[in-house]
Amino acid sequence: MTRYIGNTKEDRASMLKEIGFDDINSLFKSVPESVHLNRRLNIPEAQSEMELIKNIKSLSSENFNLDDYTCFLGAGAYDHYIPAAIDQIVSRQEFYTSYTPYQPEISQGTLQVIFEYQTMICELTGLPVANASMYDGATAMTEAAIMACESTRRSEILIAKSVHPESRQVLNTYAKFRNISVIEIEYTNGQIDIEDLKNKINSNTAAVIVQSPNFFGVIEQIEAIKDMVHENKSLLVMSADPISLALLKSPGELGADIAVGEGQSLGNPISFGGPYLGFMAVSEKLMRKIPGRIVGQTVDKEGRRGFVLTLQTREQHIRREKATSNICSNQALNALTATIYLTMMGKEGFKEVANLCLQKSHYAYEELIKTGKFNPVFTAPFFKEFIIESKEPVNELNKKLLSSKIIGGYDVEKHYPELKNGYLVAVTEKRTKEEIDFMAGKVAE
Amino acid sequence: MQNEKSLIFEMSKPGRKAYSLPECDVPLIDPDKLINKEFQRTIDSELPEVSELDAVRHFTQLSLKNHGVDSGFYPLGSCTMKYNPKVNEAVARYDGFTKIHPYQPEITVQGALKLMYEIGDMLSEITGMDQITLQPAAGAHGELTGLMLIKSYHINRGDLKRNKIVVPDSAHGTNPASAAVAGFDIVEVKSNEKGLVDLNSLKSVMSDEIAGFMLTNPNTLGLFDENILEIASIVHEAGGLMYYDGANANAILGISRPGDMGFDVVHLNLHKTFSTPHGGGGPGSGPVGVKKELIPFLPVPIVSKKENEYFLDYNRPLSIGKVKSFYGNFGVIVRAYAYIMSMGPDGLREVSENAVLNANYVAYKLKDDYFLPIETTCMHECVFSGDKQKSNGVSTLDIAKRLLDFGYHPPTIYFPLIVSEAMMIEPTECETKETLDEFINALKQIADEAINNPEIVKTAPHTTVVSRLDEALAARKPVVRFVRS
Repeated sequence: MTRYIGNTKEDRASMLKEIGFDDINSLFKSVPESVHLNRRLNIPEAQSEMELIKNIKSLSSENFNLDDYTCFLGAGAYDHYIPAAIDQIVSRQEFYTSYTPYQPEISQGTLQVIFEYQTMICELTGLPVANASMYDGATAMTEAAIMACESTRRSEILIAKSVHPESRQVLNTYAKFRNISVIEIEYTNGQIDIEDLKNKINSNTAAVIVQSPNFFGVIEQIEAIKDMVHENKSLLVMSADPISLALLKSPGELGADIAVGEGQSLGNPISFGGPYLGFMAVSEKLMRKIPGRIVGQTVDKEGRRGFVLTLQTREQHIRREKATSNICSNQALNALTATIYLTMMGKEGFKEVANLCLQKSHYAYEELIKTGKFNPVFTAPFFKEFIIESKEPVNELNKKLLSSKIIGGYDVEKHYPELKNGYLVAVTEKRTKEEIDFMAGKVAE
Repeated sequence: MQNEKSLIFEMSKPGRKAYSLPECDVPLIDPDKLINKEFQRTIDSELPEVSELDAVRHFTQLSLKNHGVDSGFYPLGSCTMKYNPKVNEAVARYDGFTKIHPYQPEITVQGALKLMYEIGDMLSEITGMDQITLQPAAGAHGELTGLMLIKSYHINRGDLKRNKIVVPDSAHGTNPASAAVAGFDIVEVKSNEKGLVDLNSLKSVMSDEIAGFMLTNPNTLGLFDENILEIASIVHEAGGLMYYDGANANAILGISRPGDMGFDVVHLNLHKTFSTPHGGGGPGSGPVGVKKELIPFLPVPIVSKKENEYFLDYNRPLSIGKVKSFYGNFGVIVRAYAYIMSMGPDGLREVSENAVLNANYVAYKLKDDYFLPIETTCMHECVFSGDKQKSNGVSTLDIAKRLLDFGYHPPTIYFPLIVSEAMMIEPTECETKETLDEFINALKQIADEAINNPEIVKTAPHTTVVSRLDEALAARKPVVRFVRS
């Protein structure tokens, strides 16, 4: 009997007797004999807690972790500072062992957190309505594209080629199955090519999707395209790095109809790519089209403020195949993490983090260029990440850095063959001058 | 009467802070020189300004307004609210898992890749499938992925007409919704009087336009479909594929495998069957397993092994592509791995045996008090109807709310849709007979109250931090964010 099972042998026997069964197997008589497994599963034997810890510790120590290695790798997942209090709060069982707040009377904790989360996302994005979060930035962007097609009754999405390659891949996968055509807009100097957009936008364009700062780290010229998009009665979807929104104009200010993004940077461990959260905010007009959970404020019978899941007629458990999306859960615990992060950083700390990223990334850019081992690639402004062209193959460069305990930048050529030896370097507030200088020194060797 | 809890924004005061950051150690440059003013924000985000203690206390107080599995019994049908082992939480937090970047060189993440490879193998064995993808982030996401695989399979064979998916009327809402997102039309089949798939209804909808059939087995009534092999052969003979919704897989571990029942595609919910926490609504994880004919279509990358080295295989020309960034909810996968390793083959079988025993025990003990529409041996959950109480003016919603006063999370209510006033109870294997007996007694008392003191049930809950909330108001006049007045 394992430690996670409640009944003793005697309990089992007495319960079986009471309900009129001879043995456990007779409870499974509705399972036809021919589909019984009739053998033990061929998986490893059970381990005690001691053995388990030892084995898993050994697996985890095979990985090179970012406490031991200095990380200049970003490309959609970032090594930001996480205040210690976050994990303590997220580890409270009332948060992590509960389910979706279907019974509001005993879920006010989760519901109020989500309401606060939605408010913070609205503040960051400058848009009035946010949902309770989605799987990740890429799926949030894809859901935005689908929402745009549904609400405009058009079937073509224009997406900047400077959007994260994985986000574009996810969009392409979903689009293929829904007969949505996805057309990419070229870039020039690292920013969306406005002429190319002008040529491609048409009466079937449901949305134009832009990411800023984009995959290259470059800040996009959203204001220069917003009128073109809106005059065409298309929606403007903007994907943003939430940290950058402390400093940069919000999607709302820039005229976006839908804002999405990867929320990992908001206090979530980098965790080999997940779990993260996608955030989504929309204009008032799109409130009843937005996918996913939304929490709303209301009152109880005594008139006290309380929170409930609301606008549920959009959702799958009510609307089934006519729902705005099939999404059922959100990433509640990651949204809680983001909410605590934004609370702790607060209005001023959040801006400080962004400014540290800005300052340190620009310092690193200058220092790396100074080594003579890189050429500049774009002149457009960047926030915490930039592309430079390495004079030696990126592979070789990163191997050399790894031997000095540095996780080097991203090899951009994988997705952009035209950017030969393109090297994407991310510098967060965690990187010190010493680490940057050390990296530059190693590069120069 | 309890006081309302302030919103974090209402506690804010300029000048308070809960953060500490180092001084900038590189030469400071005026931001305007780095980024043109036209790109810069002019209005700050109104984030709270509170002390660290205020922040910690705020969220701690909020947590106390939640009911978790550790707080008390949580028999929410179809959600498998089993115990979330603490050791899983501990190991998932190792630096070697939480502090690794998804794009680090493969050679620097061999432990992580090995873990993914091994859990893939174990899940394949548990489900009787040939290959697993760990990429989907949740059950519904797994469904969507599986349906994309089914469509790709048909299209690749040149079978272009198959644009319909069949789902039973007892299916989870996500089934038809996922099929719609994958671009299918939905055909519904009826359940028969025993709560199982009506074979004639199924036969009558089969055609060369049917891509597949989605089934939860045991189904949402908690019943194992005894005709499963015949169902599979009807679907297969018509050229369709069988999709297994793993929401109820907790009933069959080590007992029967979807792969042996004739299913071609399976999704599992690691946050149900494999003990990872529900997190208040996520993150989950919804791995998808397939039979070998469908392997070429799985999302990229797949974790593969070459000699003694693990790597991410992107070279899969027929793949549907990606359904999510990176490789899945890795942190959740680590927890599920720890769970399977803790249980072993005998432990997993005991899970299902006890889950089924507990559900049948609850069904048996309550069947005189509540109407049991289908009186037969159930699997891991049982479905009652509140019809008996309804005749006294007490609804299933009232009963659920009254259970809150006893410290229980109510069962899933008003689902499945084919049972009126449905109450779906899933005790899970973790609970002891004593816990079940107390719960049974509470429901018996409520059944008695429904006759002798219906008002106390209809006005419940009486002990929670808020009473029933006006959901109609919330939907009619949506307030979905705080606005400072």
